[in-house]
Amino acid sequence: MVYKKRFDGRKFDELRPITAKAGVIKNAQGSAFFKIGKTAAYAAVYGPRELNPRFMQNPRTGILRVHYNMMPFAGQGGRVRPGPNRRAKEISEVSKLALQQVCDLSACPNSVIDVFIDLPETDAGSRCAGISAASIALADAGVKMKDMVSAVACGFVDDKVCIDLDYNEEAYDHIEGGVEGADVADIPIAMVPSTGEITLLQMDGLCTRDNLLKALDQVQVACKQIKEIQIKAIKEKYNSEEDEE
Amino acid sequence: MSELKVQEKEVVAPGEVLATGMDYIPGKGAYRLGDEIIANEVGLVQLSGRSIKLIPLSGKYIPKKDDTIICKVIDIIMSGWRVDTNSAYSGIIGLRDGSTDFIARGADLSRYHAIDDIIVAKIMNVSSQMLVDLSAVGPGLRKLRGGVLLEVGCKKVPRIIGKQGSMVTLIKNATGCQITVGQNGRVWIKGEPIAQAIAISAVKKIEKEAHRVGLTDTMKIWLEEQTKDLKLDTFDPESSNKKENKNNKGEDIFPGDEE
Repeated sequence: MVYKKRFDGRKFDELRPITAKAGVIKNAQGSAFFKIGKTAAYAAVYGPRELNPRFMQNPRTGILRVHYNMMPFAGQGGRVRPGPNRRAKEISEVSKLALQQVCDLSACPNSVIDVFIDLPETDAGSRCAGISAASIALADAGVKMKDMVSAVACGFVDDKVCIDLDYNEEAYDHIEGGVEGADVADIPIAMVPSTGEITLLQMDGLCTRDNLLKALDQVQVACKQIKEIQIKAIKEKYNSEEDEE
Repeated sequence: MSELKVQEKEVVAPGEVLATGMDYIPGKGAYRLGDEIIANEVGLVQLSGRSIKLIPLSGKYIPKKDDTIICKVIDIIMSGWRVDTNSAYSGIIGLRDGSTDFIARGADLSRYHAIDDIIVAKIMNVSSQMLVDLSAVGPGLRKLRGGVLLEVGCKKVPRIIGKQGSMVTLIKNATGCQITVGQNGRVWIKGEPIAQAIAISAVKKIEKEAHRVGLTDTMKIWLEEQTKDLKLDTFDPESSNKKENKNNKGEDIFPGDEE
């Protein structure tokens, strides 16, 4: 085990610095900006609005549609490239599943709520930042939600449990300063903090069952911290509206 | 042991714990999870006795029976007019409810309401699948000609109308404009150009400061300031005694507005 100190000097269970703001896009029904370390996400929510094509309508409930997109200049210029590709499509779909668990759209059947997630800069953990931003935006849009969805990645770098990996850690096995062929696993997780329900869990790499359970405990703590920040962002928006001269 | 975690009129976000223990009851906008009462939307806390409810602060308009709304004709069909209601659902004004005039069989319906016409209509019925039935015939319901149409958040409409229409009357009297407020967040204003501009900024100001206490007084001073150079007697005298919108909801939540 060589990885004793994190590249950016954080503790192993420490999140990168987070800034969150609600209501950044005036034309949207709800919107948010969420930045964690060097990964930033904008989310804008439109709707409920009429859903076309009609065959997609669900007469029992409204549906959620998530559009994940990295801006053209985002990313490291490496393997993950911005644009509407298969990866973006998949992340859109899993983000939708992660978010719709908390949303109650039964009051608006046949309609759609569109969530647009755009990332101006990414340094690993983009789907988590996107989900956290989208969750603030949905709340800001007045959507009924039983809780926020908070998302963060956990993982293993050379067998060490880390929370909120950045790109260097994710690529520990093939970057300079890393160890060639070291074990790295990256596990983005979205969680409903109040119940501990997991709404998204993907894994890239290998890990043991015990390690995963250990990591999950730490993720739950981290998600609660993120939830606090999300709620604060919403409150700040509505309170400042109140105080504005 | 029950404990209240929030105060009256506090802004809360979804997932926030409002109270613990079984002594409190979740009202609108809240639910119980085990021992806790949790918010499920963004809103202002309102306590009444043991129940905790939230007054929503944002959200798009959802059609509701008996609301008076400002809608726009988007299509003409065999049985009437299809209108945009500023929500996820379009509505239908049936032939019978379209006009007080007799409509002959096979008549050209665009003679009564053409596409893009703006109509004040009342929602007669909303089905479970959100099919919306409207009527354009009734007191205060009419077609709007000229003027400007603003869109504001529909949750701020009660504030723009004010208690017993106090706020909208205030703007009408100060500027001499005709103003109609729809429950769907559309506000129509018509008047002399300068007065109209003042009325528009007044509405926008109210929207922006919607949850301030004592807003009517602030607006009164602001409007006096803005309109001191206006000569109101040059206006159409009819305009200030137009029908007021009585659909005033949520009035009791803002104690600053007692007049």
